[in-house]
Amino acid sequence: MTQDEHKEGIKGMVNPGRYGIERVAYWLMRLSGLGLLAYFIGHIYETSNILRGQVGWTEFLELTQTTEGHAILAIVIAMCVFHTVNGIRVMLGHGGIGVGKPARPDYPYDPASQNYRHKIGIYSAIVLAAVAMMYGLAVMFGE
Amino acid sequence: MAQVSGIADEQTSTPLSSSNTILLRISRFNPEHDDSSQFMEFTVPYERWTTVLEAILDVKKHFDHSVAVRYSCRQATCGSCGMMINGKPRLACFTKISELNSNVVTVEPMNNFPIIRDLAVKFERLFDTHQKIKPYLIRDDSELVSDEREFLQSPEEVEQYIQFANCIKCGLCNSACPTMATDSSFVGPQALAQAYRYVADSRDKGKDSRLKIIDDSHGIWRCHFAGSCSQVCPKGVDPAMGIQLLRGYLLGFRS
Repeated sequence: MTQDEHKEGIKGMVNPGRYGIERVAYWLMRLSGLGLLAYFIGHIYETSNILRGQVGWTEFLELTQTTEGHAILAIVIAMCVFHTVNGIRVMLGHGGIGVGKPARPDYPYDPASQNYRHKIGIYSAIVLAAVAMMYGLAVMFGE
Repeated sequence: MAQVSGIADEQTSTPLSSSNTILLRISRFNPEHDDSSQFMEFTVPYERWTTVLEAILDVKKHFDHSVAVRYSCRQATCGSCGMMINGKPRLACFTKISELNSNVVTVEPMNNFPIIRDLAVKFERLFDTHQKIKPYLIRDDSELVSDEREFLQSPEEVEQYIQFANCIKCGLCNSACPTMATDSSFVGPQALAQAYRYVADSRDKGKDSRLKIIDDSHGIWRCHFAGSCSQVCPKGVDPAMGIQLLRGYLLGFRS
């Protein structure tokens, strides 16, 4: 990317709300995807400790039994749920399902593709992620 | 300052009189001389109906005639005056200052387009990608030789594409697109929506060749359905819908 192209670049991710909830969902999808990738790499590293035998495995597993470990796992649960639910919404949209039908637009030109079905899908993904995270926190930290 | 007053005296035909004023911040940048852009600030009077373009032209008339801005029709038809207005791509002639609900209006050149100077940007890439998807009817015969009759279409067939024929190539969708913000090779929502416009046209027979063009790693698969293109379109084209319907052809949901 060169200065000449005047690309917005990564800073285009800042303030996603200016383009509505759909852009926020895009931003959260990116963040949760990167977070889950980081968790996946960490998870492979963690499970590889089984090669150090039972003692090494138990030692490493204790890292996840801390307050910080529980907090990270709760965030992973939220990312996983949001990425799954929103991913289903996006996949259906990619197939042209639920994006509306072409028609002569009338002012003020509300885009049919940004319809209530997709908004419900996005808010559902956020709410389900929050509920799953809270349930995970309740289980990990106990009653 | 005396020079600025002289310009104002010479060119003023309508007096600046209004009780309402805004602070207009204009991004100034000349790639030939400047390393980075700077903002110049002007206090501009406005009425309820004053557009951002009119405010910029007021600045050119009364304060600084060197501000570079492209415009023509002043009625959202030519697609020339696209710019970032308070952080969002809009047509300056189609945006009233009063609807921005802010005492400060910041205008910058559109993102994802090379800057010519100040608010004027280059459109070459947009036109190149537009041409790339073959924006014309493709078929072996023509209206002129087939018994001198036009190709008939039902109203329902027209409805399939007429929305996408409203595109004025202003570039706002490309400026808002998050993929365009990072991928220099992405074909962009404007061209993809136009690909759908012709694929959906019952008179066109070039569907396969167009789908082949956009079925590319920097083609339609780079669209992630953020929908920002549709949010900013001033003509109700809804490129996000067109792109997803187009992708439906490639995924086998449509034929």
